[in-house]
Amino acid sequence: MQSGPTLEIVVERSGNSAVLTPKGDVDMARSPVLRKAIGDAMKSSPDRLVLDLSAVSYMDSSGLATLVEALQNSRKGAVPLSLCALTPRVRSILEIARLNTVFSLFDSREQALAS
Amino acid sequence: MTAVTAPSPVHLQILSRPELLASVRGVAQDLAHRCGLDDIASCHFILAMDETLTNVIRHGYEGRDDGMIWIRLEPMECSDGLRAVIEDRARTVDPASLQGRDLEDVKPGGLGMHLMRTLVDRFEHTPREGGGMRVVLEKRAAA
Repeated sequence: MQSGPTLEIVVERSGNSAVLTPKGDVDMARSPVLRKAIGDAMKSSPDRLVLDLSAVSYMDSSGLATLVEALQNSRKGAVPLSLCALTPRVRSILEIARLNTVFSLFDSREQALAS
Repeated sequence: MTAVTAPSPVHLQILSRPELLASVRGVAQDLAHRCGLDDIASCHFILAMDETLTNVIRHGYEGRDDGMIWIRLEPMECSDGLRAVIEDRARTVDPASLQGRDLEDVKPGGLGMHLMRTLVDRFEHTPREGGGMRVVLEKRAAA
């Protein structure tokens, strides 16, 4: 697990889709970094936004709130949002919060981009 | 024959700063594994503890970064598992007033209390003698 408030986020384009890959724990100190990166990506008007969560091993309720806010904004902007490659830990957290049925979840980035 | 001893309790004292929570999680992760919790159970215990600490910082100390928080992590006596006792000197909150949101009402926020109550086997939230709050969390290893 990481220490410190930094969260590395790799931002990529795949065609007209934006793919964000946060690397590290998404907690109270770091979720604002993810929120800003998602907001910036939305401003570029992609056809689709994919969050690759393969490198996130921990997420707290502030991280979940960031995802829910992103989903609401994606619906307002008519930009589909997909989550992919969730680690077992993060998937279990989404399930307990009953958010696994709210988001479009995919096993891999390729599947998310092809959907 | 090798004697198997339970891990020693760990006492932590931190200031109410969000950037310190990752270090607390690291200590709890190590102890949770040594207390027999598997990876998912460890994650759930740590998340419940983390949500408790976040609540203390955000609501108890109202975002102040100079509040004191005491955390005791200890193996459970009668079974594999881990207990956390978290105490603060923040404002006293009526436990009955703490309600999570309805999970069917999907919106940002309001999940912390739900997570604290459902991720562990015991969640006890009481006023602390001398001021502040005392929270006890327990997670047993799967049989």
